[in-house]
Amino acid sequence: MSMKELRLMKGNEAFAEAAIRAGADGYFGYPITPQSEVMEYLMAQKPHERTGMVVLQAESEIAAINMVYAGASCGKRVLTSSSSPGISLKQEGISYIAGAELPCVILNAVRGGPGLGTIQPSQSDYFQSTKGGGHGDYRLIVLAPSSVQEMSDFASLSFDLAFKYRNPVLILSDGAIGQMMEKVYLDDQRPRFTEEEIIKNTPWATTGKTANRERNIITSLNLDSHVQEEHNIHLQAKYREIEKNEVRYEALHCEDAEYVIVAYGSGARLSQKAVDIARAKGIKVGLLRPITLFPFPKAPLAELAGRVKGFMTVEMSAGQMIEDVKLAIECKVKVEHFGRMGGIIPSPQEIVDALESKLIGG
Amino acid sequence: MTEEILIAGFGGQGVLSMGKILAYSGVMGNKEVSWMPSYGPEMRGGTANVTVIISDDRISSPILSLVDTAIILNQQSLDKFENSVKPGGILIYDPNGITKRPTRRDINIYSIHAADEAAKMGLTKVFNMIVLGGFLKIKPVVQPEFIHKGLEKSLPVRHHNMIPENEKAIERGKEIITPEFLLN
Amino acid sequence: MDTVTKDDIRKPENLIYKRTNLLTDKTMSYCPGCGHGTTHRIIMEVLEEMGIQEKTIGIAPVGCSVLAYEFMNIDMQQAAHGRAPALATAVKRLMPEKFVFTYQGDGDLAAIGTAETIHACNRGENIVIIFINNGIYGMTGGQMAPTTLPNMKSSTSPYGRDVKLMGNPLKITELVAQLPGTLYVTRQAVHTPAAVRRTKKAIRKAFENQKLNKGLSFVEVVSNCNSGWKMTPNQANEWMVENMFPFYPLGDIKVNED
Repeated sequence: MSMKELRLMKGNEAFAEAAIRAGADGYFGYPITPQSEVMEYLMAQKPHERTGMVVLQAESEIAAINMVYAGASCGKRVLTSSSSPGISLKQEGISYIAGAELPCVILNAVRGGPGLGTIQPSQSDYFQSTKGGGHGDYRLIVLAPSSVQEMSDFASLSFDLAFKYRNPVLILSDGAIGQMMEKVYLDDQRPRFTEEEIIKNTPWATTGKTANRERNIITSLNLDSHVQEEHNIHLQAKYREIEKNEVRYEALHCEDAEYVIVAYGSGARLSQKAVDIARAKGIKVGLLRPITLFPFPKAPLAELAGRVKGFMTVEMSAGQMIEDVKLAIECKVKVEHFGRMGGIIPSPQEIVDALESKLIGG
Repeated sequence: MTEEILIAGFGGQGVLSMGKILAYSGVMGNKEVSWMPSYGPEMRGGTANVTVIISDDRISSPILSLVDTAIILNQQSLDKFENSVKPGGILIYDPNGITKRPTRRDINIYSIHAADEAAKMGLTKVFNMIVLGGFLKIKPVVQPEFIHKGLEKSLPVRHHNMIPENEKAIERGKEIITPEFLLN
Repeated sequence: MDTVTKDDIRKPENLIYKRTNLLTDKTMSYCPGCGHGTTHRIIMEVLEEMGIQEKTIGIAPVGCSVLAYEFMNIDMQQAAHGRAPALATAVKRLMPEKFVFTYQGDGDLAAIGTAETIHACNRGENIVIIFINNGIYGMTGGQMAPTTLPNMKSSTSPYGRDVKLMGNPLKITELVAQLPGTLYVTRQAVHTPAAVRRTKKAIRKAFENQKLNKGLSFVEVVSNCNSGWKMTPNQANEWMVENMFPFYPLGDIKVNED
């Protein structure tokens, strides 16, 4: 770790730098607050000279995600980033990408909605991110970074998972994680795939039909319903495999906890402080932080449900992840929600107050 | 050691860059740091503020409702953030342009005439470093050698010739900060 | 004259035409008389003649040609409705040594995909866009298209296109010709052998432009849709000559040699 390059960076910049270092081949995006630093940083870095990476400002979010679809179809490491309204625009393309089983990385710096909403941080896109988002039965792998370090680490992790499962990976961040600066240890530069590697690793990619193979076709269309159902069954089996292998979470002070806060991303950072404040008051509270929102850490929650008095989710939304917590613990103990909406970040003290009034006293 | 600092003033006063130099100095001193700016409409003209945390331990929330020290550079920010200082904490402000002084009596209050001093020194660009010097006098959370390295890291190379002036301003800030109200 | 037998016809010396190997054996799903099949063929012939099959990526849109990948024996990507130029942009930029073309209908290119069309053309992406204009949405059953002529009937303009109510047909080919990013813009047809030869020449020129990294070539093919127009193939071709060609005149619109 200490051998890695240390910098003080904004989360959005760390993500952009990490994407270059992960050997990304292409970034396609459209400006929207609070994540425009990603493309700004990339453009300033002249990645075309640094690694040969293509960076293109597209005419729209829709064009950008479809450029990602095309790049992924060529077996390239490609990504896009946006914020909530822009992510909504991309959903058709994401559905195509999921249907055609293409690997790619998408960053959502969530802002408060619905509609144009606010540009301040929010976590109100949980449902959209974890339940599909666009049309059709599909899942994204969803990672929720809660530090600048994770904004960097998850860039390469996302590409690895995307290619391992031929599935889009969504990084669910927000303006707070994106705009704040923290220390970050950057990964070393990975080489970009060569054409030979692409042909070997992703033999399905559209690299040009050579005489030694059948043509490669990237499509999500199956006009025959039986063929489509077979494809759906295959996709579902893949999602179960992902649920088996890729659950990631962090548990803090859960060993002796009587109550557990469940929070992710920036909400988890606030909650960590709330746990410190509550522990200082003698309340035995722990924090379970899902790092993957899909697959959701059901098993550790179910285990905790056998020995704690209750859970409280802290989400900067009306309460969305709470549904997954209730499902995971099969409603064995009480589950409450505390959150602020509209881009308002709750203070750690508010969280402690809610813990006392809603869960312990309630 | 954990020090939570809020810096607030007008955009253009170097609020965010002061925070960045402080944070970078913390990094150089092998501390954990976070730098959390306010952003959005407020950033586009008007007030700017940033929360910097420097700690020996992993930092939990980068966003806080109460801080150990508030560094305040205009009236709007004083009105907004005077109550954000923890009881027993510190408020540092530049009286330039202040019409309603801080009134709390459960915190330590210092004033620093940084704007006037910067004008006197003919170095208005390093106004924020005078303020930083004042803060470091009261709370030496980072050693001077690391401040030097922090300046090197956070200033673009083409501005490295400005580092001696910045350091001079920091030293001057240490000299001119004055207690206005101290708890026993 | 002696009777010519099947076996005589099959003799190699009597071979005057052979289907290109770049078309698959799959029976085409297009309606008899439709221009898609001919256009598919001449594109594949051009690729074969240029020897670039192994280096070409085709982009199929949503519309009648959504299944183009079933017939074209090259690597292909199927695009979301209207997005083919965005796909082609990314493919060409990520693999500049490959040949990339889109094959789009009028609804795809000139309605839902207008932004992608205009911007890919304006950026001057080094790609080929083939635009099939038959003035109607064929795949979905004959609805009004952006290129449907004034007073022309369709299932969503059953009393004819009233331009006051439904807007004017969009001459997008003339529009993209205005953009500094387009190199070669032409309008052709495939209703007669002579027209087919001219269109093939235009498509060849478009791919040659790409080979020389010269920029974006845009080839419109005015076509019929006898099913959507509710005519026989012959009637449809006659109607096209009488009605479509005056509004969408054939010929080169922009030829930049440098």
